[in-house]
Amino acid sequence: MSDAVPLTTDHPGQVASATPPAPGRSRRLSDRGLAVAFISPALLLLLAMSVFPLLWALYLSFTDYSATRGGPANFVGFGNYTAILASAQVHQRALTTLIYVVGAVVLQTVLGFGIAYLISRRTRGRGALTTLFLVPMMLSPVVVGLFWRFMLDAQFGVVNSMLGSLGLGQVEWLTRQRTALLSLIVVDTWQWTPFIMLIALAGLTAVPKYLYEAASIDRASEWFRFRTITLPLVWPLLLIAVMFRGIEAFRLFDLVYILTSGGPGVSTETLSFHVYKVAFLGFNTGTASAYGILMVLVVIVLTQLYLRYLNKLKEG
Amino acid sequence: MAVSVDEAVSTGPAPDHTPAARRLGGRGRSGLEVALLIVLAVVMLFPVLWMIETSIKDNRDVYAIPAKFFGFNVTMDHFRDVFVAPGGGRSALSVAFLNSVVVAGVSTLLATVLGVPAAWAYSRFSVRAKKDQLFFILSTRFMPPVVVVVPIFLMYRQVGLIDSKIGLILIYAAFNVPFTIWMMKGFVDEVPAEYEDAAMLDGYTRLQAFWRYTLPLLVPGIAATAVFALIFSWNEFVFAIFLTSSDDVRTAPPAIAGLIGGTTTDWGLVAAASVVFALPVLVFAYLVRKHLVAGVTLGAVRR
Repeated sequence: MSDAVPLTTDHPGQVASATPPAPGRSRRLSDRGLAVAFISPALLLLLAMSVFPLLWALYLSFTDYSATRGGPANFVGFGNYTAILASAQVHQRALTTLIYVVGAVVLQTVLGFGIAYLISRRTRGRGALTTLFLVPMMLSPVVVGLFWRFMLDAQFGVVNSMLGSLGLGQVEWLTRQRTALLSLIVVDTWQWTPFIMLIALAGLTAVPKYLYEAASIDRASEWFRFRTITLPLVWPLLLIAVMFRGIEAFRLFDLVYILTSGGPGVSTETLSFHVYKVAFLGFNTGTASAYGILMVLVVIVLTQLYLRYLNKLKEG
Repeated sequence: MAVSVDEAVSTGPAPDHTPAARRLGGRGRSGLEVALLIVLAVVMLFPVLWMIETSIKDNRDVYAIPAKFFGFNVTMDHFRDVFVAPGGGRSALSVAFLNSVVVAGVSTLLATVLGVPAAWAYSRFSVRAKKDQLFFILSTRFMPPVVVVVPIFLMYRQVGLIDSKIGLILIYAAFNVPFTIWMMKGFVDEVPAEYEDAAMLDGYTRLQAFWRYTLPLLVPGIAATAVFALIFSWNEFVFAIFLTSSDDVRTAPPAIAGLIGGTTTDWGLVAAASVVFALPVLVFAYLVRKHLVAGVTLGAVRR
């Protein structure tokens, strides 16, 4: 592919002195070479670090290879896949993941859009308010997870302390089956509401003001204006944010790892976390690879939907 | 988000209504909205404030029941513990911070050096199946890290990159290249190609035109993009915890996470380490606040 053209292209003087049709041709050729030389290093890195590992995982997914046992990998066909798809454990993790993704994304969207709407109606202090609201999003999941773990601690956590001073009972947030998943959703919502807010705000501020002015001349009700002007214009951008968050939530791992480690029991084990357990605690590399490939397929479908939609939006 | 009622005149979403109209129309509701915003802001910021507060609290006050919001003993011991080991000398955490600086810095540099030219090429030239290539590039970024880490782990074990900074740098660079390309392509698109055409009419080659005319105009964009890449690598946890193990390679996120897990956890130290860890990110994020929308959507959404 690489022609190694760009580094040896002609000097300025030569181009200037050449006859008109010739430089056009040679320039086009060198453009081609330049494009290849500029793009291929980045693509090579991606091929080596993203595509190749996935292909390797694809290969391993058809074997019974184990990273610790070593030894030769025996071909087992689709055995790993059928085992995973038929496994009740996996079904349960899928359900947990679904509850988590839907719960967190819905909460974030409602809250994020609400905050953005409120901020967009303010005239003063918008910038400062936005900046303040964005802080949680910029923190590392490690910091967020650790800190909420401290705040939700059953004994000395500040959340229970506040509940206590309100005369309410103590809740074992992270150590009860029911509340653990809820806590996970709440923490993720806390961190990512600003994301939705930021994008919704970008959409809200882009709505042309004359539309509202026209509507208020017509004495349209506020709800009517919201429904017929604000929502339709912000919705495409909001959907982008929601899809983005959906993909991110689906592949989430670090927050679960820090906050609950999948516990208590398996109540907060998402698919990502389960893959980790199969791969690094169960050492069933083959099975884990098949599991991972299945997850990748889901992500690819979701990403395709997202990118298609993004593309449509950019062209439309 | 139902907007409750229809009020007399306009307190419409359009922000530049006359104060008079606002005062007449929805003073009460405007007040309610402000109150709601304040409550939400407090809820969103409380954990951050609580973290900062915990980091400067005396150990006794950290575990106080009920929690002490005010009137605690202020101490800087936790911050000292972050950097200084109990017996004197550098603490493991401070080494981890240094590793984080190196890994995040070098991987960002690598991603920038690889990504910016690629972005320029994608923006300027007609590349075969350009859209497909760009989408493919972005979709690699969405791969679940836990899934990718398994084959990467095996691959690194083969070539001896397990538990090495270079291994981390490579994977972070690969992680940031898609972002850099997408983000930078937007910036390059904003620079008219005519500048390069004009330079080439003056006798410069395409490469020289890029180097002398386009690149200087891209510097602010490159800076913003690099800052985001820096933040992503700085905050990254999954690859760091699975691909490194020794103290002199391990970056800050797994090191901080390693502070818990024993029978007792020194939450004051965790808080102080978290503050030290998060502070640069917040400063950097503030610097690139203009580009946040593009940054957090990996360059996909631009406004």
